[in-house]
Amino acid sequence: MGTFLETYGGLFAAAFATTLTLTAAGLVVAALVALPLALGLRSQSWLIAVPARLYVELMRGAPLVILLFLAYYGGPSFGIVLDAETAGIAGLGLYGAGYFAEIYRAGLNAVPRGEIEAAAVLGLSRGQIFLHVRIPRAARLVLPPAIGQAINLLKESAVLSVITVPELTKVAGEVSNLTFSAIAPYLTAALLYWIAVEALARAGDAAERHLAVGKS
Amino acid sequence: MWDLIAQNGAVLLDGLAVTLAISGAALLVGCPLGVFLARATLSGRPIAVATSGLYRSFWRGTPILVQLLIVFYLPAALGLTLVPTIAAIIGLSLNTAAFQSEIYRAGLVAVPAGQSEAARMLGLSRRAILLRIELPQAVRLMLPALVGEALTLIKNSSLVSVIAVTEITRRAQQIASATFRPLETYAIALIAYLAIAALLAGAGLLLERRLASAGRS
Repeated sequence: MGTFLETYGGLFAAAFATTLTLTAAGLVVAALVALPLALGLRSQSWLIAVPARLYVELMRGAPLVILLFLAYYGGPSFGIVLDAETAGIAGLGLYGAGYFAEIYRAGLNAVPRGEIEAAAVLGLSRGQIFLHVRIPRAARLVLPPAIGQAINLLKESAVLSVITVPELTKVAGEVSNLTFSAIAPYLTAALLYWIAVEALARAGDAAERHLAVGKS
Repeated sequence: MWDLIAQNGAVLLDGLAVTLAISGAALLVGCPLGVFLARATLSGRPIAVATSGLYRSFWRGTPILVQLLIVFYLPAALGLTLVPTIAAIIGLSLNTAAFQSEIYRAGLVAVPAGQSEAARMLGLSRRAILLRIELPQAVRLMLPALVGEALTLIKNSSLVSVIAVTEITRRAQQIASATFRPLETYAIALIAYLAIAALLAGAGLLLERRLASAGRS
């Protein structure tokens, strides 16, 4: 194991960094795309609500690997040629957006009506109510499931290996081809994912406690 | 698209059957494992609690793709040979057991302790308490989460294509590279997954309604 890490440690470190970067990029895309989607899900007009719902159900019902194949191998049929990383970030982001939209929607819905009405009585405009009452309250409710979803995206990013993105799982496979032994490389990869997931979960717990203090 | 379906429909249907068989097998194998883990967590015995916690942490904290690769390659490293399909079922089972155990734990905790205490006072065995008092009530509470886990499992099963199991994703890959029509082929596979998800979600709702009305009488 000592010589294994000496020889391939650098490769794993670089691949781990790629995994974290791609996950972060996918997370940003997901969190942003989900905002208009969540508003769309809550829309009174079915012309907006139905397409938003269809998008969410599509992303939540489809395996990520199929979406990636469609974007990466099917894209050129549309004239959309993406390199593997871009296809990976787009796939991870658009996939995650379906889940985040549902999380936002649930968060916005959970804000008690009384608070909204009280704010309206106090003379706040609809925009002000949304920004200063709904969003801060919803943020606290959204955080725990959002952390869970971020962890899911980190784990799902392993699937990018199948469209040749040189992230952690892909590099583990390459090292296993070099060393003719698959166990050490894949266990190393698993350990790195595990550490990242645990770190993210701990950070989420800390953030939750921090926000809970703000409740008073 | 229709000619693609006409020519490869049988192969894709075969792949779909493998997808459903592997997912179904993993769901069933994962169930007793999950119950066992949940009971270990609730047992209060430090070693059992720590072991089941570590198990859950690993299987929930690492990508299923990596888990499948480890399960696939580990026996070979030990000099054993494992058929890809069996490796796939084992990998998916060990993974879903961790997620199912969390569902069972929450479900078992939700049944008031007073009920099992009362049952014990009445002389029911531990087994009878579990089977006749705790489980029937817990099942009703756990059903939505279990349907969600089944959906996740079917989606996850797409990754066993990587270890050469010819389920629907693998079949779609083969057809896409033979026909040079990836867009349509993967779109067909996507529709198949969405149809299964819709059917399963519908069946779940139906079953929920049934159990809810059965529980009221």
